[in-house]
Amino acid sequence: MNHRPAPLTPDVLVIGAGPAGLTAAAELARRGSGHVLVVDREQRAGGIPRHSDHTGHGVRDLRRVLSGPAYARHLVGLATAAGAEIRTRTMVTGWADDDTVDVTGPDGRYRIRPRATVLATGARERPRAARRVPGDRPDGVYTTGQLQNLVHLHHRPVGTRAVIVGGELVSWSAALTLREAGCTPALMVSQYPRAESYAAFTAAGRTLLRLPVATRSRVTRVIGTDRCRAVEIEHLDTGRRRTVACDTVVFTGDWIPDHELARGAGIDLDPGTLGPLTDTALRTSRPGVFAAGNLIHPVDTADVAALDGRHVARQVIDHLSGRPRPAEGVRLLAEAPFRWVAPQILRPTDPAPARGRLLLWTDSFVRLPKVTVRQDGRTVARRTLAWPAAPGRVFRVPAGLLDGVSTTGGPVRIGLDGARSGA
Amino acid sequence: MSAHRSGRARNPRTDVYDVAVVGAGIVGAALARELSGHELTVALVEARADVGDGTSKANTAILHTGFDAEPGTLESRLVARGYHLLSAYAEATGIPVERTGALLVAWDREELGVLPRLKEKAEANGYQHCRLVDADEVYRAVPALGEGALGGLTVPDESVICTWTTNLALATDARRRGTELLLRHAVTGVRRDDGHTTLLTTAGDVRARWVVNAAGLGADHIDRLFGHDRFTVTPRRGELFVFDKLARPLVDTIVLPVPTSRGKGVLIAPTVYGNVMLGPTAEDLTDRTDTATSESGHDFLLGKGERLMPRLLAEEITASYAGLRAAIDHGDYLVEATPEQRYLLVGGIRSTGLSAGLAIAEHARGVLAGAGLPLRARDRLPDPPRMPNLGEAAERPYQNAGLIARDPAYGTIVCFCERVTEGEIRDACHAPVPARDLDGLRRRTRAMNGRCQGFFCGAAVEALRARHHADDGRDRADGRDED
Repeated sequence: MNHRPAPLTPDVLVIGAGPAGLTAAAELARRGSGHVLVVDREQRAGGIPRHSDHTGHGVRDLRRVLSGPAYARHLVGLATAAGAEIRTRTMVTGWADDDTVDVTGPDGRYRIRPRATVLATGARERPRAARRVPGDRPDGVYTTGQLQNLVHLHHRPVGTRAVIVGGELVSWSAALTLREAGCTPALMVSQYPRAESYAAFTAAGRTLLRLPVATRSRVTRVIGTDRCRAVEIEHLDTGRRRTVACDTVVFTGDWIPDHELARGAGIDLDPGTLGPLTDTALRTSRPGVFAAGNLIHPVDTADVAALDGRHVARQVIDHLSGRPRPAEGVRLLAEAPFRWVAPQILRPTDPAPARGRLLLWTDSFVRLPKVTVRQDGRTVARRTLAWPAAPGRVFRVPAGLLDGVSTTGGPVRIGLDGARSGA
Repeated sequence: MSAHRSGRARNPRTDVYDVAVVGAGIVGAALARELSGHELTVALVEARADVGDGTSKANTAILHTGFDAEPGTLESRLVARGYHLLSAYAEATGIPVERTGALLVAWDREELGVLPRLKEKAEANGYQHCRLVDADEVYRAVPALGEGALGGLTVPDESVICTWTTNLALATDARRRGTELLLRHAVTGVRRDDGHTTLLTTAGDVRARWVVNAAGLGADHIDRLFGHDRFTVTPRRGELFVFDKLARPLVDTIVLPVPTSRGKGVLIAPTVYGNVMLGPTAEDLTDRTDTATSESGHDFLLGKGERLMPRLLAEEITASYAGLRAAIDHGDYLVEATPEQRYLLVGGIRSTGLSAGLAIAEHARGVLAGAGLPLRARDRLPDPPRMPNLGEAAERPYQNAGLIARDPAYGTIVCFCERVTEGEIRDACHAPVPARDLDGLRRRTRAMNGRCQGFFCGAAVEALRARHHADDGRDRADGRDED
């Protein structure tokens, strides 16, 4: 009954055909890494940009400006032209052993045993239940992902008046999608004292979308038996509550990596990102298994994820050519107000991280952040950056700040001087 | 009497059924199945748009041995009997069951003192396999348990089961035996006519010689329509958290609280879908439709979870539910016939009704016979239906190479978190008791029940459902099934 064919044995298996996976595959194939196989469980390759139908994609990796769907198509074209094989509707469901995965697709149930694996499974937004928001369970409650799938891929109607929960970059993307679907974004609810994301986008949002933002607020209840009627929101400082009428609620942001396969393999996770713990070469704790994209930094923009892909490809090639794994290295730790840093391990002789940047996530707004790097009680570096650290988007720090770190010393702590002045 | 089996189409508006069963939850569906195994015409009359959409859909999904029932009660007898009947029925139909066993954990002296008495009670109920264990053994069984457990009592035969598939199997079986399923028929009145009862419903009149009231949360209302005043249903809300499948290795057995003078605590249980459940709360309400979750319920469960298993709370919550249990002001099941009205009440079936359902149906059949319903078993019955497997313990379609080779729709996974394939969604939309909406599809396939709650698959699942319903080309607005 369950006769299995012999496993496929590509040189590299890339799991996930989003910007990171496709770019990694294109780079690997272009550099002659043999059979590069990309699998993706969705109907079409391209990842989140497939339904992220606004402009601004491709700036950093392609040096051009594309809509999400056009960007997705472009990346698929690059990978295919370079010689990578892409299998869609093909899902890796688990690990058969340390080097082999189980796969289900319309062409069967089979196994893949590659020489190297790149996990590029991305991230998802926490849905309402995971955010522990009580109340009724009516129709009309979405995440941005579901909303954009509905509107852009399936052309389904949504409601007429929406509340957007969260104030991250993706929250504004949700607002644009709602507008396009004929649904008025009536209010954005954010726990932070100011709307996060790029100031320019926020300003544009305010003028173009005329979208009021309830800052320092959270949703405490969803109301409505069949269809959503309202949400109750609370001001975090005063405790005052009010209900806001709406037939649609979009829970945006609050990303969590899709780390099931990583955990299933017993790969070490970073407690901050909840993605695989990676070094600057994007190796995971499992030899031969690499990770890239928003799986390891939930979440940065699509082009940054793509450039991770380009970075990881070079490291995979080194691995395939037999370069041994370097010595242990030191751990990079995020200190408040930072929630996480990625990557998290710096090994001797390893390359600088992708794009020469460390990525961090801040819980409070700091206009002129003075970043400090400390190791074994010593300040290794201190630099004031010209761009703010803002919640709701990745804070990027030049990796040059790590130049004075000893790869044989203790953990390296990355924080801010005078962090308390934030917010 | 059994004209329908000769092939003549029935007309529910004018025909007089032999029996109308009101309520298509576990108990009503089991009753309809039981009765239609006899030379009888049976209608299963349900207020909602689907079977098992009331109190039966949101319980803790435990197949109870009945070890802790009150000895000597009808409930004690029927739960113990129902456990064996449902175990066998599950085997025959493919209802997912996992014999995980249960462990009652004592956290203080009072609870520890209760355990030996619970063991004696279990024995009085005819259950002989409980064993008292010390704290070391408790932690060996559940290493992730929080600190401070003092001892425990094992109940090796307690099991987890799929309550949705149970209800669907019983309703499907009943239909195959000839029961007519009348959905969206909420009973609003009762009229005694010559030789039969007319149920006035929101979708027209339904006539029957005998009426069985298995209306769960509405059973006291129906009972009053028949002129009785013997009990009141108090909806008792129970809120539950379902944790991510990645938490499942923490919990290999059902961790039960010890009932004390301070009431019942909450349990932690594996689910047959591979998740972990924490709950329920117990809160008496007046609104029989209020299945909202509450802030106080969330806080209560998180507080309990923190004590019981702190590591569990580090995992993601996949879903939160609230179910209403039909608590009544009476200590036992109420199965009482009124022969002169040709009416049977099956009321006060609390959360144990899932385990006891088949035994309740068997018992009720006897009561009806005693009250004068002529019963003659049919010679040949269709085989019980083989249900789609929703459980993690047995092979699922996406894992079945042979099945996928024959039909690639089973190789196309649509709901990634729960690994539900296009083939399963198609099947559920065209099943004998088909899914009509997304919630119905969730209960038949698990689609959208996973950690992303539709982030990836919600739109695709809805599109598939719409397509299959358009394929059907039938207007099911009146809720009547067509053969």
